[in-house]
Amino acid sequence: MTTARQRSTVAEPLVRFERVTCGYDGEPVLRDLDLTIGQGAFVGIVGPSGAGKTTLLRAMVGAVPRVRGRVIVDGRVVGSGSTSGVGWVPQLQTVDWDFPATVREVVLMGRWGDRPWRAWASRADRALVDRMLERLGIGGSGDRHIRSLSGGQQQRVFLARAMIGDPKLLLLDEPTSGVDIKTRDDVLHLLADLNRDGMTIVLTTHELNSVAAHLPWVVCVNGRLIAEGDPEDVFTSAILQRTYAADLRVVRQDGTLLVADAAPHRLRDALRHRHAGFEHAHHEHADDDHIHTVADVPSSPGTR
Amino acid sequence: MMGPLTDPLAYEFFRQGLAASLLVGALCGMLGVYIVLRRMSYIGHGLSHAVFGGAVVAYVASIDFYVGAGLWGFFSALLINAAARRRRIAADAAIGIVTTASFAVGVALISKTRSFTRDFEAALFGNILGVTPTDLAVVASVTLAVGAFIVLFYKRLLFMTFDPEVAPIYGVNVGVVDSLFALAMAATIVASINVVGVTLIAATLVIPATTARLLTDSFARMVVLSTLIGASAGVVGIYLSYWLDVSSGATIVLLEAAVFTVVFLATAISRRRPDWTDRPLPALARDRAADDLG
Repeated sequence: MTTARQRSTVAEPLVRFERVTCGYDGEPVLRDLDLTIGQGAFVGIVGPSGAGKTTLLRAMVGAVPRVRGRVIVDGRVVGSGSTSGVGWVPQLQTVDWDFPATVREVVLMGRWGDRPWRAWASRADRALVDRMLERLGIGGSGDRHIRSLSGGQQQRVFLARAMIGDPKLLLLDEPTSGVDIKTRDDVLHLLADLNRDGMTIVLTTHELNSVAAHLPWVVCVNGRLIAEGDPEDVFTSAILQRTYAADLRVVRQDGTLLVADAAPHRLRDALRHRHAGFEHAHHEHADDDHIHTVADVPSSPGTR
Repeated sequence: MMGPLTDPLAYEFFRQGLAASLLVGALCGMLGVYIVLRRMSYIGHGLSHAVFGGAVVAYVASIDFYVGAGLWGFFSALLINAAARRRRIAADAAIGIVTTASFAVGVALISKTRSFTRDFEAALFGNILGVTPTDLAVVASVTLAVGAFIVLFYKRLLFMTFDPEVAPIYGVNVGVVDSLFALAMAATIVASINVVGVTLIAATLVIPATTARLLTDSFARMVVLSTLIGASAGVVGIYLSYWLDVSSGATIVLLEAAVFTVVFLATAISRRRPDWTDRPLPALARDRAADDLG
């Protein structure tokens, strides 16, 4: 049985970057990128803000104006136009939630190319939307305004829009950003289910621990490709240092891989010292118990 | 009994004015939805001023008003789109630069041409009761063309308006649709200018759409409602203008503003407080009450 992990590299390539340097006006965002994503892969792209994660996704759909090298998706070189067979889920923060649009109207945007001159949705289109919403666990919400849904449901609406065109490749720009921990977990489980059904999924995220827990393949970028592979192999202090230029500690406990700040106590201690100094100044005439509690924590020099 | 409604219809100028105001109201209401939702409300105001510049140039160059002003407005809209695409230039700044410069061309030409005799008051403030059969034919043609554009490009326009970054990823040709939209805007403003005037046209584009937005959360219903509000205000406004002997453009706009006010108040009252709770104190008052008790 082929696992998603194996499919990332072994299976027929669906996406190929060949010596790609790309960006907008000014300096390139990504340089000399070689990357292959196999059919049925489930890939997380990580890196600091401004590292080129979204640009890498946009390059797969021809939405980056300056490109040197070749990006090939499903056997076709990506040009400046659209790429058929790709579904795109935007960051929820970029959506205008006050726009007058029902769930059904948003999902149907993903099928605009089917009978593009017809303004109204056919009965078949409406049935298709209902089935897609049902499949994604938000059945019956077609006539609701998009703002009235929870964060997880809103994410599913845009997933439905991306999937209703039956794409081969699903691209998600920070799908776990700005949602609570349960919604994040739900979204990643849903994506894992879709991936099991054969969908190739590439997403960007800042959630290293979610990637480690849910995704079989990770790509680290910071202006260029730093590393790619199984999170178990890629998430090392050395690679993360090169990716983020920060000291990060990798902890393995009970089969779980966790990435943490290498020295979290520094900030905590600094805050505690400052707080202690503040309390000391306000309680110097208080009873012995208070003085004892404050005196246990050394004050930072700056507050004296 | 029907006298007040039927009596004015005996006059040809009124029949033509009524038809023109009905069509212009519907046209501006329909197109206004996209203008409001794309947060380009200022463009109606700006483009109408640009078109005024074009009208003066057309007159001085002895070109047909509709051709000259229409082309001028179209290229102004394209120029605004091109300028606004530059990241360092905001859309409102682009509108301000292009349209005021264009308006200034008109003013400069009027002041320079000492033999200028044409009265541009109608263009500035509208003269619906002076609508000629040619004006009416132009308004009808533009309404038909823009209506066809809105219907045929409905899906693309909706996608581009809602999600301009993602629409091209799904294959919407943003450049083509944007250019056609600019043409539709210019044509609408040129066709409407003799009816409501340069100074009032922005209101007929913005008010019906904003009112409709308060009434519905569905895009399709908003388009229909805005068109109906614009058309109704056009018909009722022209009658009120006739009976009250007030400028037709101003009456239509004031009527639309009154409808907006009523809808705004009605929706504000209906959404004021949920049923499931007593009215809470404002946070500041609650804090003060706690201080008083404590």
